[in-house]
Amino acid sequence: MRRHAYLLAGAVAAVIDAAPSWANAVYVSNERDNTVTVVDSKTMEVTKTIDVGQRPRGITISHDGKHLYVCASDDDTVQIIDTATHQIIGTLPSGPDPELFVLSPDGKTLYVANEDDNLVTVIDVEKKRVITEIPVGVEPEGMGISPDGKTMVNTSETTNMAHFIDTSTHEIVANVLVDSRPRFAEFKPDGSQVWISSEIGGTVSVIDNASKEIVKKITFEIQGLRSEAIQPVGVRITADGKKAYVALGPANRVAVVNTETYEVEKYILVGQRVWQLAFTPDGQNLISTNGLSNDITFIDTKSDEPIKSVTVGALPWGVTVAPN
Amino acid sequence: MTMKSTVPNTLVFFVACFFLLVNAPQPMAQQNPATKPVTEIRIGYLRAYEPQLALSVLDIPPEDEGVAGANVAINDNNTTGRFLGQSFSLDVVQTKREEDVVPVFREMLARGEKYVLTDISAKQLLSIADLARENGVLLFNVGSTDDILREQECRSNVFHTAPTRTMLADGLAQYLVWKQWRTWVLLYGSHEPDRLFADAIRRAAKRFGAKIVEERLYEDTGTARRTDSGVVQVQRQMPVFTQNLPQHDVVIVADESEVFGSYVPFRTWDPRPVAGTAGLIPSSWHPASEQWGGSQIQNRFEKATGRRMLGKDMQAWTAVRILGEAATRTNSNDTAKIEAFIKDENFSLAAFKGQKVSFRRWNWQLRQPVFLGDGRGVISTSPQEGFLHQFSELDTLGVDQPETACKLN
Repeated sequence: MRRHAYLLAGAVAAVIDAAPSWANAVYVSNERDNTVTVVDSKTMEVTKTIDVGQRPRGITISHDGKHLYVCASDDDTVQIIDTATHQIIGTLPSGPDPELFVLSPDGKTLYVANEDDNLVTVIDVEKKRVITEIPVGVEPEGMGISPDGKTMVNTSETTNMAHFIDTSTHEIVANVLVDSRPRFAEFKPDGSQVWISSEIGGTVSVIDNASKEIVKKITFEIQGLRSEAIQPVGVRITADGKKAYVALGPANRVAVVNTETYEVEKYILVGQRVWQLAFTPDGQNLISTNGLSNDITFIDTKSDEPIKSVTVGALPWGVTVAPN
Repeated sequence: MTMKSTVPNTLVFFVACFFLLVNAPQPMAQQNPATKPVTEIRIGYLRAYEPQLALSVLDIPPEDEGVAGANVAINDNNTTGRFLGQSFSLDVVQTKREEDVVPVFREMLARGEKYVLTDISAKQLLSIADLARENGVLLFNVGSTDDILREQECRSNVFHTAPTRTMLADGLAQYLVWKQWRTWVLLYGSHEPDRLFADAIRRAAKRFGAKIVEERLYEDTGTARRTDSGVVQVQRQMPVFTQNLPQHDVVIVADESEVFGSYVPFRTWDPRPVAGTAGLIPSSWHPASEQWGGSQIQNRFEKATGRRMLGKDMQAWTAVRILGEAATRTNSNDTAKIEAFIKDENFSLAAFKGQKVSFRRWNWQLRQPVFLGDGRGVISTSPQEGFLHQFSELDTLGVDQPETACKLN
């Protein structure tokens, strides 16, 4: 009996040590069936489907994990969902056709790209009101913010620029030309660089945040695949800043890039038309949305191997994970 | 093959203009006009236009077809131009279909136009092409699908954003072959464009392993197009016209002149699908295309014009965007720099077609996917999967480099 209890205690300790730790809710926006799928990050199973507005795309969560924000593009609004009740509890005045957004590090301000109107709308999340609108290039899309919250980067898909915006003045301080159809902006955790993916150009431009110069243009090459099929979209960089993951769209793969050498170290085969990416808070898993196969893939970030694919709704687009 | 940058190295490190705040009472970003001289980039648009008949009232081309696309692209270029101090404008000149365009083109030259979009016949285009070259003017053919302009009569200063008939026919043929509908009959009209499209269909059949088991010519005897009596006659005529054909999978119609083609679907003797200039139609764009960011350009276009975007609108949009892209990336309106940029082997453009479009350097034809659609939506886009090419699968559409008759000098 005594021995038994000892073993049990050991088992519990082992579970805690192995630490896929806590289950986090994974939220996936499904562009074509107007839902958000909730997946348990530990069991990797669907726990709930939430009905939302039309054409949900960009999705993010408040830093306290209480509120989920979803761009309902065709409803011209951002919906707020209570993560405890899964009810829509309000909207934010996003301006027309919101597609992607980014929350400031202090959680108080939401920056929204309005694709049809060539604007970035700045929203006070608490007061639910528009602070200002910033005119940018044609078809604004990608939104990234520096860890100190001082610099916001928006990409415009037809203008082909990364617009650097000073968040204290809401003024554009630099416009950097990148390759065709820039879709996503991701800062390194130390704020030194911002990585911009170009879907049609097929590249990722690494821009130095201080000099606003492109220090490296990363290209991708997959044997047996025509270059036109390699279309970088979502980008995520690990918390230690050492590895970047780039979703390659119709190439159905996520590239793993060494951020020091800029070499592509691996291509991870996931589902069809891989679009956006998100880490679990412990950094152990990366989750990709695979639009055309209607699923998401969990990737182990140690081995960079896919663990499991989970079927979600129709045309999964964005993904975010609860911080707690 | 490694993806190469589309940006010349000198521009990679280019950082664009800074916005200055004007006292900043209001939060909107403003550009201080004094900080940057504005560079003007004027684009001419020469078109031969006359109202056209069609068998269906829905198919009558809108009066601003093409020009509307160019205007939307001018707006797009100006949004980008704001950041660089570049301003684009369009100078539209309209003539008639059979008219001599040399006098109006000379007027455009006198106004200093350096870039001119043309929506005129092949004959009209050839009457000004060399005059344009002597004056350092780049032409962008946005209207004519005549292969001859890219083959025997190609010019080093004429770019083509309109697809050729052979590209359109090949895009259609690939899909029909993929469907295993390999046995065709060909019904063609008696006018020159109809015969040229029929030639492109015959070539495509040979290229992709389809068989045309019979051809029939429909003589234009002056039908009553949309009137009541016409429709009654048509319902009796079309079955008879398609009677006693050998076994076939598809009826291909070549009638660009809109004399009989749109009457063929649902009226054939045998129940068969129809494709070509009626039924399943190949084109450079489809008003219902929403894929690959298409809904964005469609929304923008509809907001600006009040109608959906057609093929010629997209061809003109693309030409103006090519010039915008070149002006942005070279930060210049210098003709030599812009021409060199467009002619660079790494030049490409995003055009809502799922992959970049670029120029065939042997005849300056834009390589681009072909949409296949009916009156309602997009059925497919070519090239189809499995049609391989050593350089670009887009070059499985139309006359390829080894077979070209073009000799650029």
